[in-house]
Amino acid sequence: MSEWKYNLVAFNTIFSKEIRRFMRIWPQTLLPPAITMSLYFVIFGAVIGSRVGEMGGFDYMTFVVPGLVMMAVITNSFSNVASSFFSNKFQKSIEELLVSPVPNWIILAGYTMGGVVRGLYVGILVMILGAFFVELQVHHMLITLLAVFLTATLFALGGFINAVFARKFDDVAIIPTFVLTPLTYLGGVFYSVDVLPEPFRSLSMLNPILYQVNAFRYGILGQDSGISIGWAFVVMIVAIVIMAAWALHLLRVGKGLRN
Amino acid sequence: MTQALEIQDLRKQYDNGFQALKGIDLSVEEGDFYALLGPNGAGKSTTIGIISSLVRKSSGSVSVFGHDIDTDLVKAKRMLGVVPQEFNFNQFEKVEDIIVTQAGYYGIPAKEARSRAEKYLKQLGLWDKRHNVSRMLSGGMKRRLMIVRALVHQPKLLILDEPTAGVDIELRRSLWDFLREINEQGTTIILTTHYLEEAEQLCRNIGIIDRGEIVENTSTKELLSKLQQESFVLDLNKPIDDLPTFAGYTVKKVDNSSIEVEVGKHQGVNDLFQQLSEYRIEVASMRNKSNRLEELFVNLTSDTNEPANGSAVEKRGSAQ
Repeated sequence: MSEWKYNLVAFNTIFSKEIRRFMRIWPQTLLPPAITMSLYFVIFGAVIGSRVGEMGGFDYMTFVVPGLVMMAVITNSFSNVASSFFSNKFQKSIEELLVSPVPNWIILAGYTMGGVVRGLYVGILVMILGAFFVELQVHHMLITLLAVFLTATLFALGGFINAVFARKFDDVAIIPTFVLTPLTYLGGVFYSVDVLPEPFRSLSMLNPILYQVNAFRYGILGQDSGISIGWAFVVMIVAIVIMAAWALHLLRVGKGLRN
Repeated sequence: MTQALEIQDLRKQYDNGFQALKGIDLSVEEGDFYALLGPNGAGKSTTIGIISSLVRKSSGSVSVFGHDIDTDLVKAKRMLGVVPQEFNFNQFEKVEDIIVTQAGYYGIPAKEARSRAEKYLKQLGLWDKRHNVSRMLSGGMKRRLMIVRALVHQPKLLILDEPTAGVDIELRRSLWDFLREINEQGTTIILTTHYLEEAEQLCRNIGIIDRGEIVENTSTKELLSKLQQESFVLDLNKPIDDLPTFAGYTVKKVDNSSIEVEVGKHQGVNDLFQQLSEYRIEVASMRNKSNRLEELFVNLTSDTNEPANGSAVEKRGSAQ
């Protein structure tokens, strides 16, 4: 059997194991985001949103749905890889992979794609829930899919790096709590950056999540937020390359994995 | 003959400065059944960790069936199956899934993996448990699960770190039979163990490691022949205050009413008893101090005891 066939089997094994894991524990992985996002729809969209009026040229509910989908994708793709990889480290079952001939890039690809699928799964779920509140039409399918896929990939890689550095379960929650949540809330999920005064508008431009949310919102609503879509994709791809290189470096030196 | 494992001048110093391996040399021939013995903290698990690439070596070389782990790690890994000391499978997964997943890491497609899983799970009496979540298994079953997992890619070299620790006698015997069988079918086996009887029963060659150095590396037969120097404990009828000198024997006083004597294979005890009579020391009873291999092991790995024989001292010296 040729090397690439070995690698394909190994990738499929890791990838399907990851999907099996989050499907098996769906009350912890799929149900909570569905409930949380439904509450967001009801509170921010229907109750508060009706008093907000328009945002970025759309009624508030319509504006907020793509933002909430992206928030769910970011949180879930990140936490899937972070929890799964850390749990394997904690139980030492990661040694099954480390003693095997699977190359590092296949390990990273398998876990990352597992996280991407969880992110997309929950994203679709939130989208379906959102469709109960607003009528959605996808304006630019390719941009929408590309934005959501690249975002999920980037944050799945982030979850992987978090898990490599984590020494205890608490560490897995540090990045989501202190980095991801603030950046997401300030990344244009609930408002358009146009409404911000300076210097907050310029400061927001440093937030990478803003580009992803805006690119996705542009794909769904066709709303021009004043941020170049091309630039948004460049930011995402560069970030993915940097994160993937960092993760591979950590695997190569065996950070937290090999003694 | 091909060497299943070749280790040269292997050293490991941990970040905290602890030198776990001080330059060990070891070679195990293809088809061998080899025991690596040593007290806790001697360096057995570090050695296995380095061979299986879970621990990074400081210097030295390791090759598995001629594949150096520095330059040809993927091929070396394909040859190797490892059963670690601690349970290291996902406790939430089912038995069969664990095996099929491990096979997948070696590029074995699911269909083939399931048929191999069936073969080995049946051989080790776990087939009925294949749909059980692994954390629900008993300790002995978990250990067998790790053996199946290590065998699913059919490695040519199987390394087991304390495979029968905490396993009851009946199961231990059946595991011994199983290991003998796969060894006869061509799998080279290296095991570490605390049960010296296990090494004596199963292994053709034995290495003894102590404080990061190989202090003995020879065939089980030869090792045991060295043990033809046996230790006896003699209980005395009357207590003695001072121990006289015995020509040709090493004698130690255990307490006032018992002494310990080392007797060489061809030496016999007649001369000893003659000298005892001359000193008017009456012996009430006599017994073996301990199991043969155990005695050698203690002698080789202890600071305070005298080495069992000269060659062990020389080997310890040469390994430094």
